[in-house]
Amino acid sequence: MYEKDGEKYFVVDSHSHFWDASRENWREGREEFAKGWIDCFYGYHQLGPPETHWDYEKYLKVTPEDFKRDMYEEGHVDVAIFQSTYLKEWYTEGFNTVDQNAALLEELGDKVIVNGRFDPRDGAEGLKQLEADAKKYNLKGCKLYTAEWNGDSRGYKLTDPACYDFLQAAQDLGIKNIHAHKGPTIWPLNKDAFSADDVDQCATDHQGLNFIIEHAAIPRIDDFCFMAVQEPNVYAGLSVVVGGLMHARPKFFAKVMGELLFWVGEDRMTFGGDYNIWTPKWQVEGLVDWQMPDDPAFSDYPRMTTASRKKILGLNAARLYDIPVPAELQLPTDDPAQPGEQLVDA
Amino acid sequence: MTATVDGVWRALETVMDPELDEPITDLEFVESHTVSDDGVATVVLRLPTFFCAPNFAFLMVADAYDAVMEVDGVRHAVVTLQENQTADAINKGVAAQSGFVKAFEGEATAELDELRTEFLSKAAIAGQDRVAQPLVDEGAHPDQLAAMVLGEVPPSVDLDRLRDRRRKVGLPAGDDAPLLMHADGSRVTTEQVPLHLRRARLRRVGIEANGHICRDIMQTKLAVGAP
Repeated sequence: MYEKDGEKYFVVDSHSHFWDASRENWREGREEFAKGWIDCFYGYHQLGPPETHWDYEKYLKVTPEDFKRDMYEEGHVDVAIFQSTYLKEWYTEGFNTVDQNAALLEELGDKVIVNGRFDPRDGAEGLKQLEADAKKYNLKGCKLYTAEWNGDSRGYKLTDPACYDFLQAAQDLGIKNIHAHKGPTIWPLNKDAFSADDVDQCATDHQGLNFIIEHAAIPRIDDFCFMAVQEPNVYAGLSVVVGGLMHARPKFFAKVMGELLFWVGEDRMTFGGDYNIWTPKWQVEGLVDWQMPDDPAFSDYPRMTTASRKKILGLNAARLYDIPVPAELQLPTDDPAQPGEQLVDA
Repeated sequence: MTATVDGVWRALETVMDPELDEPITDLEFVESHTVSDDGVATVVLRLPTFFCAPNFAFLMVADAYDAVMEVDGVRHAVVTLQENQTADAINKGVAAQSGFVKAFEGEATAELDELRTEFLSKAAIAGQDRVAQPLVDEGAHPDQLAAMVLGEVPPSVDLDRLRDRRRKVGLPAGDDAPLLMHADGSRVTTEQVPLHLRRARLRRVGIEANGHICRDIMQTKLAVGAP
């Protein structure tokens, strides 16, 4: 819980990690990729305020004590949602697996939710694993990393028939939140696995699922917004949006937030601090203090209200994950302000 | 005629990052450029991260090669990308002039013209915000904007840029071309103007936000250098 100026905020960090990028975990023969990956994250890390920067060695693998302090003691987070990202083609034991994440479950109890993952290219075995994980950890969400390497394959689309099989299976297992990583352009070649084009049809075809598009599809935020307007079960995950822009490029952060508030709306935006790319403290405090600049160039963007901040920082994610919110931290009335029909093509 | 380093740089200034819609020279993607007395130009490119997409990287290296080869006095060009996941394949592919599919045999299935066109088309939409926004600020009404042609717009760098992106995707770009048009070249009606401008701005914000992240990551890399 974070309190400022008499207002109390229930904080759900809906996109966090607890990774192992240590040298011992770099897969033999693939060290270049394992290092390239974490170096890339380390570049992002430095877009946060200088006083929050860590040295590289610490960055490779933090301890459970670091996590607890950074998230809960200093970071104001009430509930953290772990996203599992395997990358086993590069990291021997996986970068951030559901089992690694779950190791903290016993100790942290309700303060952490572990999300699973699946990869449609794993076939029948993958379905079996998903079922086992879902039962073992009572999964309510999964992270999909569509550009993950898998053998010779360099990515997949949400609309691939095999992915539909997995999405149906997930739904049957009680999983209702799908976090799709649609982020900065990387692999794979011309298939462009981070293009957000596939979300549209997939969301329409799976009304029982929520699709949280992490990083709000930067660099394809325009495609994402046009699509999200038409799909009420699509959400903008603010991971990277806040961490990558709020400190480093405040003017652009305001523009991006303005566009998201206009097209997607404050009821469908979720905060994600992206630990341990960044720590949540400065992001939570920054968002609570943040307001659209008082400048003519921003005049037709929606303003952030205290209610908007409460929704974005935690209440929206709490709703998606059925997280109980103490009465004093809830909004008095639920008054969703969705973008209107006028944004959809006539 | 002897080729000059300045000539090579000017050629590189015409090479764009397709998605960011900015010259690679402004983005600091050119690590070094030299030219020898006997006309061998050597250019080394770099990108913000090891994982920058190979499709875009290939386009930039190939475009840089083509641009440098056009410079007067350049007899031979060696353009290479450093420190990227696919640098070897790209460098070999560009040197052999074999095309993207051949360079990534078994992984890539199509050449990159479509990708290039997709982003140029977005740039042609984003450019309308750049040109129209100052007019809106001066009080232009939707009916004026819907009727306006490029020849009526005051000259500016942004106007030249808009014309250029339109020409590249085969859209009307002359003085009698409408200022506001949809991606398919059709006119924007008065009623559509407000939403069209919102969309154009969103395209621009998307492209520019991405450009800022790339610049910031590049600065970080240059300043600290990941170990």
